[in-house]
Amino acid sequence: MKSLEQIRADFPILQRQVHGRPLVYLDNAATSQKPLPVLQAMETYYRQTNANVHRGVHTLSEEATAQYEAARSRIARFINAASAKEIIFTRNTTEAINLVAYSWGLDHLRPGDEVLITQMEHHSNIVPWQLICQRTGATLRYVPLSPEGRLRLDLLDTLLTERTKLFAFVAMSNVLGTINPVAELVAAAHRVGALALVDGAQSVPHMPVDVQALGADFLAFSSHKMCGPTGLGVLYGRRELLERMSPFQGGGDMIREVRLEGSRWNALPWKFEAGTPAIAEAIGLGAAVDYLAGLGMENVREHERTLVRYAVDRLSQVEGLRILGPTNGERGGVVAFTLEGIHPHDVAAILDAEGIAVRAGHHCAQPIHDFYGIVASARASFYFYNTPGEVDCLAAALERVQHVFAA
Amino acid sequence: MDALYRENILDHYRYPRNKGHLDHPDIVYHDHNPFCGDEITLELKIRDGRVVEAAFDGRGCAISQASASMMTEEIIGKTLEELRGWTKEDILDLLGIEIGPVRLKCALLPLKALKAGVWGIEEWPHEE
Repeated sequence: MKSLEQIRADFPILQRQVHGRPLVYLDNAATSQKPLPVLQAMETYYRQTNANVHRGVHTLSEEATAQYEAARSRIARFINAASAKEIIFTRNTTEAINLVAYSWGLDHLRPGDEVLITQMEHHSNIVPWQLICQRTGATLRYVPLSPEGRLRLDLLDTLLTERTKLFAFVAMSNVLGTINPVAELVAAAHRVGALALVDGAQSVPHMPVDVQALGADFLAFSSHKMCGPTGLGVLYGRRELLERMSPFQGGGDMIREVRLEGSRWNALPWKFEAGTPAIAEAIGLGAAVDYLAGLGMENVREHERTLVRYAVDRLSQVEGLRILGPTNGERGGVVAFTLEGIHPHDVAAILDAEGIAVRAGHHCAQPIHDFYGIVASARASFYFYNTPGEVDCLAAALERVQHVFAA
Repeated sequence: MDALYRENILDHYRYPRNKGHLDHPDIVYHDHNPFCGDEITLELKIRDGRVVEAAFDGRGCAISQASASMMTEEIIGKTLEELRGWTKEDILDLLGIEIGPVRLKCALLPLKALKAGVWGIEEWPHEE
């Protein structure tokens, strides 16, 4: 395992200054930074290979296709999918969820059916289901939160019924840091005959994920939160489900043949990839999963576990600071908080002046903020390259924020 | 520490002027900024085309609330005709700070409420 110092040296951006101070990047839940191997893989592709995939017979196109498909295989191995055919490239997690909502949902949901989600979802796992339920007449239901920011699993048996056709839930909350018992929730969905969709945007980058062990029917995640480039997401889907689903978007590459009277679809996974895909980005994500596998996802998780425990302890000592989500037990590397009497945007702006990047707002999870009766929070989120020293910087800067606002 | 948080801004945030409600206002307009969750309700009393009383209520970041406090102080006594010509620059002059594009929405929320409340102007093509 590389030392923390060696790891940080792989990320050129971590050397830069912001407002004359060393950058302290604590906005990893929004997007992660990118290591040299990812930047180099994309640059090499554009310098030496660039061509469209699945098209030409010329050398560059064959090489581009081979690299694009090799990236898909590496990503399949990274989450232990049974086959690379189960890995569909999308624009982001949001599009991956929308793909399931439209391709599967429009065909399968009827009035009287139910889709179950939770109160801790990101908007990207709420709004697509609201839209599809409006279109199909199905009913959307929610698993509520407990005051400490966990799911009310005691209510699961009453919420999951034979009417439930799909249970879509987040593996790790991007606000609360809560880690949900994914395998248990998938099993509960399957017991009533429902499919399970897991929003893995915050879990796949931060902990080992094995889709076959979890039993998930669908898993959605984003490249850019796991050291890869923006503009690319992944939908994992069980092969027999994907085989039976209708295409999401129509166009080039997703067809077997097109006649004016009608068309036939390409095989998996290309049936769901209309148009020229994000080729360089997929190759970049391939390099990113190699990099993460090199670190070891258990090591990534362990580093963040230690760091977030320290952050929760350290921030709890700041006067007037309230942490959202569980403060005891297992928790992901996200700490959202409020400072009494100070708006989160003011907190973030003052931290920025010290070179510290945190997010402020509702983090695309308004229902969580409504639950706690607040409009916004500030959020520090960690990755494997963050240090305990950076947590100290944050805590000290928050004390200075208090001082600025003290009357 | 930060050029945004000058003492005059913090003073208006801690001790907002004209915060509260008017008896029988002529104009009441509520607006919010979905980006940060800033909220403001602006209330005005108008006599002979002139603002005679102004108040605001709301919650939000220091920039939005200080901007509302300063703006209400400034518009009392002015004619609507004068105020109609107000732009982003007038608010930035009041605040006396440089503001980046993201926080500009916070700073301009009170002026937006004024323009929408008095003249129904909801789009300002050159302001944002």
